Amino acid sequence: MDNALSIENVTFKFDDRPVLRGVSLELPAGGFLGLVGPNGSGKTTLLRIAAGLLKPSAGGVKLMGRPLEGMSRGELARQLALLPQGTTLPGNFTVWELVLMGRTPYMDLLGRERAADTEIVERAMEMAHCRQLADRRADELSGGERQRVLMARALAQQPRVLLLDEPTAHLDLLHQIAVVELVAELAREGVAALGVFHDLNLAACYCTHLAVLSQGRLVSVGEPREVLTAELLAEVFEVDLCLTSHPEGGPAVLLPHTGGHRNGRGTGQLASAESLPSIDLPSPNGKPKSGATSAKP
Amino acid sequence: METTAVDNRVAIGRARQVNRGWSRYGIALLALILASAVGVAVGKAALDPGTLLAIVLSKLPFFHVTPWWPASFETILLEVRLPRVLMGALVGAGLSVAGATYQGLFRNPLADPYLVGVAAGAGLGAALAMVAPLPPGLYALGAVQVAAFLSALITVGLVYSLARVGRTTPVTTLLLAGVAVGSLASAATSFVMFAQGDKITVIYAWMLGGFNITGWQQVLLVAPYVAAAVIALSLLGGRANVLQLDEDQARSLGVNVEMAKLGLVLFATLATAAAVSAAGLIGFVGLVVPHAVRMLWGPDHRSLVPLSALVGGAFLVAADTLARAIPGSQDVPVGVITAFCGAPFFIYLLRQQKRSVF
Repeated sequence: MDNALSIENVTFKFDDRPVLRGVSLELPAGGFLGLVGPNGSGKTTLLRIAAGLLKPSAGGVKLMGRPLEGMSRGELARQLALLPQGTTLPGNFTVWELVLMGRTPYMDLLGRERAADTEIVERAMEMAHCRQLADRRADELSGGERQRVLMARALAQQPRVLLLDEPTAHLDLLHQIAVVELVAELAREGVAALGVFHDLNLAACYCTHLAVLSQGRLVSVGEPREVLTAELLAEVFEVDLCLTSHPEGGPAVLLPHTGGHRNGRGTGQLASAESLPSIDLPSPNGKPKSGATSAKP
Repeated sequence: METTAVDNRVAIGRARQVNRGWSRYGIALLALILASAVGVAVGKAALDPGTLLAIVLSKLPFFHVTPWWPASFETILLEVRLPRVLMGALVGAGLSVAGATYQGLFRNPLADPYLVGVAAGAGLGAALAMVAPLPPGLYALGAVQVAAFLSALITVGLVYSLARVGRTTPVTTLLLAGVAVGSLASAATSFVMFAQGDKITVIYAWMLGGFNITGWQQVLLVAPYVAAAVIALSLLGGRANVLQLDEDQARSLGVNVEMAKLGLVLFATLATAAAVSAAGLIGFVGLVVPHAVRMLWGPDHRSLVPLSALVGGAFLVAADTLARAIPGSQDVPVGVITAFCGAPFFIYLLRQQKRSVF
């Protein structure tokens, strides 16, 4: 069976400066792949190429076994949705109207919505926890609310592949976890998800696999536990971290040494173990907490 | 339990649609009909409403009315006032849908047929056709309209190609190019006017805007273009909505951005050229009407375009009626009235609505 998304030997040059060098990734249906790497490693570029917004200089992307170049925008948008980062929304549109835009690829010639579209939009808003925002205007939304609205719009596209560009940026802890939990749940229902993350702990807890980009090259792919090693973190992120396992059992958890950066001034004198801030850890993948949204029948 | 919840959700969704439904079209249509009725009744010869209604009914099938009015009344109503009112509605509709589309397309509340240079381009074409030594028969066939449309198309093509950076058309460069090319076209129009001293009053009167020489022939020349533009721009409304987002979002929602932009620009230009060639340069309609409709009924282009057509038609018919009703030896140019009404109304709306309209 074809993978939902196949990135095949993708190279991308920007003004002759290589941004991506021969990256290949396979994303099966039901997989939740976290794309991690330091700033400037090419994560967002790779995501934009996978979304068909950028043409690779060499190599290609296949969606459900079909090359992206052969697909129309509409066909693409019926199978693949992108949750963009740091976007603007037109302030005078209501949330309902914005989420309804997710039905654009299904629009008929007259551009009218049908009863089925209404139903799908309502359900998407429910899943993304923004149902109560339906009549609010976009310029009245907080950052977290905007992110949930964008999520609902992506869900309204009924995609088989979901691409997320830092879906948890600017969100508080509750909404970070809610967003990632929702993606993990969608993945369990068969959606293929590919997300760029900066929070390695969050990615490790929820992603089925992690892929590490460094200077445009894929340096490691695998289950979070295999990928996140002290050596790799030192090599790629240039940080020296303390690795421990999740208290509830599960993938690795990374904590800064109490002194901070390995090359920094910190000597451990300022922070003792007692004064360490407590860190809330989300439950590891596959163990929905009580009160969390349960899978649909 | 679960099904009830789903049913409720669907019901709420439908209720929301119904709330945004047909009543606003009814209100806008009523405004247009009222404005037209008043427009037909007002003029130098006093025709009472009863006689007007009787004349109209006598022309319709299934009504048998014995004329009690002088034949001149019929001529005034059917050959002078009716085409003039219809033309006012068509021009108002054309300018308003063009304005709504340009504002949405360029994501700029100041965009209207004037800012993007299209109106000036259409004006240049029309002025050239007026001074050109064409045989009179060509004017009767719509030489001015055709020249205005061709010139507007050339203008928009020039603006579009100047504004193009690589394979995209950024909004800022588009507006800059529009202002530059529009200024050039205005300068050329002024030059044509002064170079052809004997026709300066004709061109000047036309440029001020008005419907003084409107007959059925002019209405028939303009109506198909405006109708085509209103229908096409309404149908493209869903895509215009998505273009309110940035282009990456529009693309990932399945819209072919360049094609959608091209379609919107073409039909908005068609509407502008038709309106300008018929009635000269009438300002403020394309700017104010879409804003008013957006404030009243929301920004969804699928309804914004047809509602702007109705409200814009009503607004211009009312303005023209006012222009005729003001006592004096000559009719006041309608462009002066729209500016007098439009500018304060615009300021009022801006003060009223503290929230961003865009």
